[in-house]
Amino acid sequence: MSEKKQIQVPVMADMAARGESPEVLFWVGCAGSFDDRYKRVTRDFVRILEHVGISYAVLGMEESCTGEPAKRAGNEFLFQMQAMTNIATLDGYGIETIVTACPHCFNTIKNEYPALGGNYEVIHHSTFLQNLINEGKVKVAGGESFKGKRITFHDSCYLGRANNIYEAPREVLASLDADLVEMKRSRANGLCCGAGGAQMFKEPEPGFKDINVERAEEAVGTGAAIIASACPFCMTMLSDGVKSQNKEDSVQVFDIAELIAQAEGLNR
Amino acid sequence: MISSIAFVIVALLGIGLFIWQIRKIAQNINMGRDKEITGNVSERIKILLLVAFGQQKMFKRPIPAILHLFVYIGFLVINVELIEILIDGTFGTHRVLGVLGPVYSVLMAINEVLGALVIIACVIFIVRRATGNVPRLSTGPEMRAWPKVDAYTILVTEIVLMLALFAFNIADLKLTQMAGLEIKGAFPVSSNFINLFGSDEQTLKVIAGIGWWVHIVGILAFMNYLPSSKHFHIIMAFPNVYYTKLEPKGQLSNVDSITHEIKAMLDPSYQVPPLPEGADPQKFGAKDVEDLTWKQLMDAYTCTECGRCTSVCPANITGKLLSPRKIVMDTRDRMEEKGHSPIIFAPANYKEESERVQVTEEKTLLRGYISPEELWACTTCNACVESCPVNINQLSSIIDMRRYLVLEESAAPAALNAMFNNIENNGAPWAFSPSDRFNWADDLYMTSKN
Repeated sequence: MSEKKQIQVPVMADMAARGESPEVLFWVGCAGSFDDRYKRVTRDFVRILEHVGISYAVLGMEESCTGEPAKRAGNEFLFQMQAMTNIATLDGYGIETIVTACPHCFNTIKNEYPALGGNYEVIHHSTFLQNLINEGKVKVAGGESFKGKRITFHDSCYLGRANNIYEAPREVLASLDADLVEMKRSRANGLCCGAGGAQMFKEPEPGFKDINVERAEEAVGTGAAIIASACPFCMTMLSDGVKSQNKEDSVQVFDIAELIAQAEGLNR
Repeated sequence: MISSIAFVIVALLGIGLFIWQIRKIAQNINMGRDKEITGNVSERIKILLLVAFGQQKMFKRPIPAILHLFVYIGFLVINVELIEILIDGTFGTHRVLGVLGPVYSVLMAINEVLGALVIIACVIFIVRRATGNVPRLSTGPEMRAWPKVDAYTILVTEIVLMLALFAFNIADLKLTQMAGLEIKGAFPVSSNFINLFGSDEQTLKVIAGIGWWVHIVGILAFMNYLPSSKHFHIIMAFPNVYYTKLEPKGQLSNVDSITHEIKAMLDPSYQVPPLPEGADPQKFGAKDVEDLTWKQLMDAYTCTECGRCTSVCPANITGKLLSPRKIVMDTRDRMEEKGHSPIIFAPANYKEESERVQVTEEKTLLRGYISPEELWACTTCNACVESCPVNINQLSSIIDMRRYLVLEESAAPAALNAMFNNIENNGAPWAFSPSDRFNWADDLYMTSKN
């Protein structure tokens, strides 16, 4: 039996007012909150959280940029101001565990907040989804079948080289029973999408090619119908790169959470 | 007797000069800021064994890795023979380690095989460079005249050293055979060429003498050439790998002085700890070499100029000005301009053999050597750091210079200043209203399964 159900996303402030605390805080991130494309990933990830019945909450309007792009651009002062504000919010609610679908937020909260007094267990949604699948809470059944579909995974630098997470997203994709193909430059040798280090927010420096085009060409070259990513910036860059080759009709860019939600039949 | 005295003088001069140069380099490295890198000894030793002794990261590219392995093991093993040379030379003995018997035979045999492999590897390396089949070895603005001369000097010297050793072994072998004496050691390579120099005793003695002297004087000279050369990595690789950053690659350093400043701002009773001695309290980030840490300066002396970092840099691949290798090489050049230069080759004599792209009149590392355009091309993807066989952290220097540009000069690209403003005002890097942050949750439905 299935029915359409409206989701009221639990907000941390309301929960705290009721004296409750969630098992895990979902850190949505700026792209997940404002970017139209990545909002769909946020919504699909919430559907999965609801589906497995885990106790979660979001900060809602209390969330603010982690300061990641400011730090990478050299503005340490702005970064630390953001970080300390966020740490005060998180600590005020006694948050211990955080899950996020953004590798940049993940890396910053996990690795750079401790020096400023913010200590949390931070999980990227690729690891989180992998655990749900391994525990049998997500069956990857009942929705769209990806059996035999050719999928290639693009490593986010901030998951891969930055934090040595290479297998979790691949195991999530493996549960789809799809035809996974690797690009020549993958895992530790993966090529950046071009957005990191605050490049997302500026025009590239002069060169003969855009990095996202170089990477999208490699991804399209695998013959994959789907490029899977696990990062909002990678998604933007690769989608643009695919468009620049006029391949957007035959090659789609999806986040791993979207693929799982589709396979589980949660978003129809 | 005379030759013993001559040898001792030459050896002491060579070693003394080398120690003197090393002290100069230590002073250069100590120009850098203090940074405590301690603890985790067992993990550091493990990385040292894998990456430095085990050449682990070289094997990402197997063919150069194997050739390099020959030269590297050759270097280690031939050092054992160096002990014998020092003893023989000082006391006028002949193959003093021969008393080791079969052990000596094995040692000499390995030595000879490796010697031959070193020659083969170096010849292949020369061909690889000369034909331009490996673009990373010859392209890029940092590969000016000196780095090229340097690379060929190293390879040719190594071949000459090995040939001298073989000349000595061949002549010595023939002389021993002619004298009807017992041959100490085993010589699988030289024994095939035993008649190469004929059988005139006088000629053979001269050849053996020249071979022996060229080999040992060559080694002493080469040792004193190291501080001017990328070949210095044969020493620096070990400490540099030991002091590898152990935190996740994505973790950038925290600027503690800013943390104190903000904490004092938020809480007037906050006690700012005293600054370490000699630290410049006013300066954020790095403008010149002394603003980098000693580890970042040590990185520069460790660089092998192999270009693996630049060849995997997404910015460089797509034609941007950034080359991580150039950042590291510029740091070394600037260090020697500002501090001590190696005795034999002063910067004016070699580092500037060809035109450097001059950005400003300023001589500092930032702008004088490295342009903001290079720094702003970095995506902080860590591909350079991952690829470096001697664990150099190119990214940390790039970030420190960006910090100087932004915090000291407010010289960020306009789009990044806009991003900073958005974060400050809206809590997001884009110009969206913070009140819209939670709109994504509106009208959210799912297919619920019971």
